[in-house]
Amino acid sequence: MTTPASAVGHPTAPDPGRGRHPARPVPELDLTGTADGARHRDLGVYVHIPFCAVRCGYCDFNTYTATELGGGASQDAYAGTAIGEVHLARDAMDAAGLPRRPVRTVFFGGGTPTLLPAADLARVLHEIADTWTLAPDAEITTEANPDSVTPQTLAELAAAGFTRISYGMQSAVPHVLATLDRTHDPARVPEAVAWAKDAGLAVSLDLIYGTPGETLADWEESLRAAIAMAPDHLSAYALVVEPGTKMAAQVRRGELVMPDDDDEADKYELADALLAEAGYRWYEISNWATTPDQQCRHNIAYWRSQDWWGIGPGAHSHVGGHRWWNVKHPRPYAAAVEQARLPVAGQERLTAQQRHDERVLLEVRLARGMPVDDERLLTSLVADGLAQPDPAERGLVVLTARGRLLADSVVHRILGLT
Amino acid sequence: MRGAPAGRVRAQSWDDRARTRPRVKDRYVPRIATPAALERIRPAATAPELLRNFCIIAHIDHGKSTLADRMLQMTGVVEERLMRAQYLDRMDIERERGITIKSQAVRMPWQVEDQAYALNMIDTPGHVDFSYEVSRSLAACEGAILLVDAAQGIEAQTLANLYMAMEHDLAIIPVLNKIDLPAAQPERFAEELAGLIGVEPEECLQVSGKTGVGVEELLDQIVAQIPAPQGQVDAPARAMIFDSVYDTYRGVVTYVRVVDGHLKQGEKVTMMSTADTHELQEIGVIAPDPTTAEGLGAGEVGYLITGAKDVRQSRVGDTVTTQHNPATEALAGYRDPQPMVFSGLYPIDGSDYPALRDALDKLKLNDAALDYEPETSVALGFGFRCGFLGLLHLEIVRERLEREFDLDLISTTPNVVYQVTMEDGTEVEVTNPSEFPAGKVASVTEPTVAATILTPSDFVGPVMELCQNRRGVMEGMDYLSPERVELRYTLPLGEIIFDFFDQLKSRTRGYASLDYEAAGEQDADLVKVDILLQGEQVDAFSAIVHRDKAYSYGVMMTGKLKELIPRQQFEVPIQAAIGSRIIARETVRAIRKDVLAKCYGGDISRKRKLLERQKEGKKRMKNIGRVEVPQEAFVAALATDGGGDS
Ligand SMILES: Nc1nc2c(ncn2[C@@H]2O[C@H](COP(=O)(O)OP(=O)(O)OP(=O)(O)O)[C@@H](O)[C@H]2O)c(=O)[nH]1
Ligand SMILES: C[S@@+](CC[C@H](N)C(=O)[O-])C[C@H]1O[C@@H](n2cnc3c(N)ncnc32)[C@H](O)[C@@H]1O
Ligand code: SF4
Ligand SMILES: [Mg+2]
Repeated sequence: MTTPASAVGHPTAPDPGRGRHPARPVPELDLTGTADGARHRDLGVYVHIPFCAVRCGYCDFNTYTATELGGGASQDAYAGTAIGEVHLARDAMDAAGLPRRPVRTVFFGGGTPTLLPAADLARVLHEIADTWTLAPDAEITTEANPDSVTPQTLAELAAAGFTRISYGMQSAVPHVLATLDRTHDPARVPEAVAWAKDAGLAVSLDLIYGTPGETLADWEESLRAAIAMAPDHLSAYALVVEPGTKMAAQVRRGELVMPDDDDEADKYELADALLAEAGYRWYEISNWATTPDQQCRHNIAYWRSQDWWGIGPGAHSHVGGHRWWNVKHPRPYAAAVEQARLPVAGQERLTAQQRHDERVLLEVRLARGMPVDDERLLTSLVADGLAQPDPAERGLVVLTARGRLLADSVVHRILGLT
Repeated sequence: MRGAPAGRVRAQSWDDRARTRPRVKDRYVPRIATPAALERIRPAATAPELLRNFCIIAHIDHGKSTLADRMLQMTGVVEERLMRAQYLDRMDIERERGITIKSQAVRMPWQVEDQAYALNMIDTPGHVDFSYEVSRSLAACEGAILLVDAAQGIEAQTLANLYMAMEHDLAIIPVLNKIDLPAAQPERFAEELAGLIGVEPEECLQVSGKTGVGVEELLDQIVAQIPAPQGQVDAPARAMIFDSVYDTYRGVVTYVRVVDGHLKQGEKVTMMSTADTHELQEIGVIAPDPTTAEGLGAGEVGYLITGAKDVRQSRVGDTVTTQHNPATEALAGYRDPQPMVFSGLYPIDGSDYPALRDALDKLKLNDAALDYEPETSVALGFGFRCGFLGLLHLEIVRERLEREFDLDLISTTPNVVYQVTMEDGTEVEVTNPSEFPAGKVASVTEPTVAATILTPSDFVGPVMELCQNRRGVMEGMDYLSPERVELRYTLPLGEIIFDFFDQLKSRTRGYASLDYEAAGEQDADLVKVDILLQGEQVDAFSAIVHRDKAYSYGVMMTGKLKELIPRQQFEVPIQAAIGSRIIARETVRAIRKDVLAKCYGGDISRKRKLLERQKEGKKRMKNIGRVEVPQEAFVAALATDGGGDS
């Protein structure tokens, strides 16, 4: 459920042409100083797979439906290119004096990673393992569409070392799935979950609430259907209509009417209640797990500003306060890797203020809480029903259900904006 | 009255052009004066008999500036290749809106038979807000062209401007314009116009400022009918300042009409009201660009530059004389224009306050009618309470401040000025509703206007009903013709500054026109309605309204704010109150969700940038008690519907 692929821009960007250098000079990735304290930070790897069978109307992720994009950017060649970037990443980190650390988490996101043959995903994973080694308890996840897996492919993935699979279920209600342009048969999801469990994989399901036309009863039906499959982990996302998507056009033309914030609040509260009742505990605003072991460690690393290298077009990376992102289109991406250049499109070195802002922004979302040393602030957050009283006693902001829905305001208050 | 057909004298260059130009352009044939004739009308050396000073007056949009264009072309002062529509509307804002805001004077030669004359034309604005511009222009003239759109007929400002011209004893040439329009009814309106000024219908000239038809004849008639100026050539100099403009490059440019004597370049001149003395660094005429001359003689119109940096040193209405031979008696001046409506102007970014003050100081240099005083608002911070001639004037000042000085402004709902008498006898002048005194009020007076409404007779009923709703008192009614009625009302100014004109137009299918002038004050049952957010009064939203309309104002404003105020973490009641009595209430429900619960994965930069934008947004928030109100909500809530297009 993770995709460092930037969510802006358009996948049908102008074709930069085979083998040509991009018009803008590629910035040299500047990792100076990022080695400080690296031994105390976990290393993760994200692998973006920018392909889908069809594009969902609400989706603005960096993904393409063509099997052949030209210029060495085909689905067939993709694993090879990604492996090329792994090598470039290794060399860059070595050059910057970053120690080779065992990789704690690997996440294949998309797009639809399982659109590629399991063997391709396995090759990339093995290359990562060979390059940095994997930690003994490494968490290896792939996203998948329920209709892009078979018992066979799931077994192959498990055999290759994958430990977790995250299915884009979104809803169990046909008219909601239709509005979302989801092509899978809802009946296929319990099957796919059962196969994954048989293969020994931990299972997560992604749900979306607040789709136009979805009633509270529809949402309850989806939640109950998901709970009935007994996944180890669940994510529930509020639908965001991103500019430039097909859905945005439908909303603009009045063909779809977005529900108001109150409807989303009702649905969030329902999810929180039903999931708690079924034994799931929230650990991040949109994420629940049966046990702490089942929490997605890769995602938590994002929230806690650990190090990760993003492989693939549009993938975002962060190492020691330095953020960068790759070129979005698979063609210039492949061209750069082929020429042994890191496919970096942009980078930023965070200022102390920015690092602080990010910390608040991200950590406040976690159930483990955000340390705050301002008594008065803690008291007022508790008084307003936004933070839980007990952790506040210990100087931690842990959000209540109301606080999770109003997390933006809480962030503003911690940052002193109000 | 018909002037003899003028002998056509053509310059050589014209003959060449005439052969190659398409026929339709023949109508624009400039009748350029011969060099010998021109020699007799040099500035400072023109006999008063050869001068004609006139202005073009009309209802808004009846085509004054377009007629002026044809005159500029036919007299040859603007070459065809430099011509553009409404040439004299020089300000961007005039060109964009297609209306004249400032009067413009131009000197043009015109030859009738062997004799060249110097015509000084002043194009004036038609909008009621700028009628003081017209009155100043009239004082520089002996005659006026009263222009009437032949498809519209007489309208309210036709009357108002005619009456003003008659007060100045000007010769009036009635002219029907736009006769090229298919809808033109020149015969019918000639009848109306002739009836109005007491001439024969045949004496109304018919022209088209668009095609140029009849304009040559009109120029001949100006020479024939408008008296030459009567000043005493040898008397001590007296020149009337009728406009004074600050120019960044040249300093103050003063426009004068020399009444007696003459002024010369390099001479020392004295402003009679202050006895200040300046040297005439430059003197000249506008033709239509500033053209230097040796001086200006009796009867001539032109400009002076003295190096003054402040228009207050060169005040409109003052008399200029010479230091070496001063006049003893000043000419009768003008009344300063009185602001009619008031509004608070506040910078959206509080740190722009000094910039706003400087900008107002600069605009004031060119705009005697603009008044301002610092004020503070709890809701809006530091700003200025400004007085304007009307809503269009407000709109234009505001737009110029924003455009020319790069400011972002909020303007509060415009209001008129009230005189409040307390039971203990103290009197308070209220130009800002939030300053309406609390306590025992004995009486409140409000300004009134004498309004003239011209409407087709079919719509008399609806117009009367509208005036009644606005607390109008009918003063009279006349049929200008069987189809056209003039209604005269006394109305509270406060009732007509907003949507009255729009209402009038919509009830008369656009046919009615309105003019008004200040007409004193009257007692009225007025109350202050306050708007409260969570119990805190928002001063910027207070309004003074008639008791009968307090409720509807309260409902309207609370309803509007309910839509504009973003939901907060708590419920926000919005109330309208008279004193402590609540008359309307709405509620903004508490927000329940503001978090973005989507998975953006590792694109943390995007999340942080969103936060940084929100931080910026917070700077544009004003706090009313605990309630955060974005500036945009103030701007939208204070936006006045309708506008100043009367
Ligand atoms: N058909 C036609 N249109 C005309 C004529 N004269 C002016 N117009 C149009 O009437 C409109 C108003 O013309 P202006 O010359 O700006 O009128 P104005 O009287 O100067 O207007 P204000 O200065 O704002 O009072 C413009 O659209 C002109 O093009 C004419 O003789 N015939
Ligand atoms: C990176 S996406 C892709 C995973 C996979 N391709 C799929 O769609 O099933 C991960 C999840 O983000 C959620 N998501 C995608 N677009 C969204 C949007 N516009 N608003 C809210 N959630 C969204 C969906 O639940 C999706 O499963
Ligand atoms: S399957 Fe997932 S990544 Fe692909 S288009 Fe749909 S939502 Fe986007
Ligand atoms: Mg004009």
